[in-house]
Amino acid sequence: MVQSMVREFASREILPAAAQLDHSGTFPQEILKKAAGLGLMGMLVPESYGGTGMDAISYVVAQEELARASAGVQTIITVNNSLVADPIARYGTEAQKRNYLPGLCNGIRLGCYCLTEPSSGSDAMSLSTSARRSGDEWVLRGTKVFVTNGVEADVCIVYARTGPDAGARGISAFIVEKSFPGIAVGKVEKKLGIKCSSTSEILLDDCRVPEDNLLGEPGIGGKIALSTLDGGRLGIAGQAIGIARAALEDSVAYATERLQFGRPIGEFQAIQWMLADMATRIEAARLLMYRAAYVRQQGQRFTKEASMAKLFASETAMWTTHKAVQIHGGYGYLQDYAVERYFRDAKITEIYEGTSEIQRLVIARNILKTRQ
Amino acid sequence: MNIVVCVKQVPDTEAPIRIRPDGSGIDESGLNLVMNYYDEHATEAGLRLKEQFGGSVTLIGVGPERTKEALRTGLAMGADEAILVSDVALLGSDHLGTARVLAAAIKTLPHDLIICGKLSTDDNAAIVGPALAELLGLPQATAIAQLEVDTSGGTVVVHREVEGGVEVLEVPLPALLTVERSLNEPRYPSLPGIMKAKRKEIKTMSLADLGVEVPSVGATAAKSALTRLVPPPKRQAGRMIEEDAEKAVAEIVAFLKNEAKVL
Repeated sequence: MVQSMVREFASREILPAAAQLDHSGTFPQEILKKAAGLGLMGMLVPESYGGTGMDAISYVVAQEELARASAGVQTIITVNNSLVADPIARYGTEAQKRNYLPGLCNGIRLGCYCLTEPSSGSDAMSLSTSARRSGDEWVLRGTKVFVTNGVEADVCIVYARTGPDAGARGISAFIVEKSFPGIAVGKVEKKLGIKCSSTSEILLDDCRVPEDNLLGEPGIGGKIALSTLDGGRLGIAGQAIGIARAALEDSVAYATERLQFGRPIGEFQAIQWMLADMATRIEAARLLMYRAAYVRQQGQRFTKEASMAKLFASETAMWTTHKAVQIHGGYGYLQDYAVERYFRDAKITEIYEGTSEIQRLVIARNILKTRQ
Repeated sequence: MNIVVCVKQVPDTEAPIRIRPDGSGIDESGLNLVMNYYDEHATEAGLRLKEQFGGSVTLIGVGPERTKEALRTGLAMGADEAILVSDVALLGSDHLGTARVLAAAIKTLPHDLIICGKLSTDDNAAIVGPALAELLGLPQATAIAQLEVDTSGGTVVVHREVEGGVEVLEVPLPALLTVERSLNEPRYPSLPGIMKAKRKEIKTMSLADLGVEVPSVGATAAKSALTRLVPPPKRQAGRMIEEDAEKAVAEIVAFLKNEAKVL
């Protein structure tokens, strides 16, 4: 029922606007309001804090449906769910949960996740934004980049160095409101895809954060960041599969309608084999995603499974959209057909929340660890 | 206001329909079944009245166990309760039989207003609603496109789209209405609604529970029976006339006269 509801919502409210949102790069305010009304902004948050308390499998099912219609809209939603509401629900104090979760779930607030810095991307734990104590406040200084929802968000999870320890152990997490003094939106990036979501710098110029806004214990920020990304990667897997499915569905329709040499191109084996491989890879990616979500909802560690799902799904999205453009031929290269958008949107899934290379590293480390 | 909404489960209109080889019905294997679209509008109408005037919305369905999925959709939209009447003796019932069962079940419930879809998209009969009103001895208005309630007078004012205009009727409560799809835009079931619906119990009743005598419903009581179901004929490809204007006109006229026989 979750799937059919989200599918209907996505196909009626998001899909008709998707091409226009991509061309104009407009933030989909109205759509998000409706999505929040249906409970899609806080799916992993318990009902007692205004969320919908769904299981991890329902969550990824919903993400696939949203991304089938628009990867840009889904990005905004998945960041709010996985990267902001979820860590507050898991690590927040009672007061933090009461203060922030209802607004993040009902669409009054929007969240963003500030981890990456100009010189710390894949090596996230080398971040240099600093937080020093000053009375009953923390003072944050540094520059965050590639922040999804950076422009519109009003609640930011910011990772900063609170201790002298190098690496992960010196990092803490903070809940920073945009209204706090010293935080500003910097450069707004122009992107290849997922254009209706914003990506920006977040500048912290002696930003003063009340001590109550420290998320979790001091020094566990690295752990919060990485465990949050495990969940985030399930959302990206859902996104990638949604994009790939869109490419497949459009390609099937086109292959049935497009006539060349007197028959539909879908009757040629060259096209059939592409469609068969697309469908098979998507199905395999989806099963990996369901499996990772299942491990999560059993309460077990799912780092390796999430990385496998994210890696395979994102590479499937890239491969599938590449083939979809090929099946559409010259028309696939035009903005008149949606496969051109899918192709551009797919690329980000191989990059953010850990590049494919980082996913392989995570998977390899987890496999090798068992031998030690 | 106590509102009862009748719900039927039907094949998704977007799903390809396969007919069983013997023509006795449609092949349900792998078929996606949903709440009849008109019933979604009926449920929406009920929920809006409840939001405006208070009371409750009770859904009622007749059919096999799987009908519960359609009822659950309505619960997820916000209905308070759902009842399923299910009994093997109901196999082969015609529309009148279904109406008899619904009437018996609704008699056990408080009801100020009964709302049905105008028809169900599977067999397009539009019989159950009107038959149910007759069996319950209630006034009815069918295929309504607009609905207002006058609480002071205990009446509803409804608009029906008729040939060349709009018919406005005032109907005293309790009454039965069947609704057009243009009446409203059904809401999506929300995630909290879905979670709540999952936990709600759907009460199942048999014919014995309702005190309905078996010979009055089911195959033996049916006044009509399905003889055979056949797929519609495949649409023929159009014929292109690729001549210059003069010759083409002559050919079209000849076609209309000799083959289409309309001239």
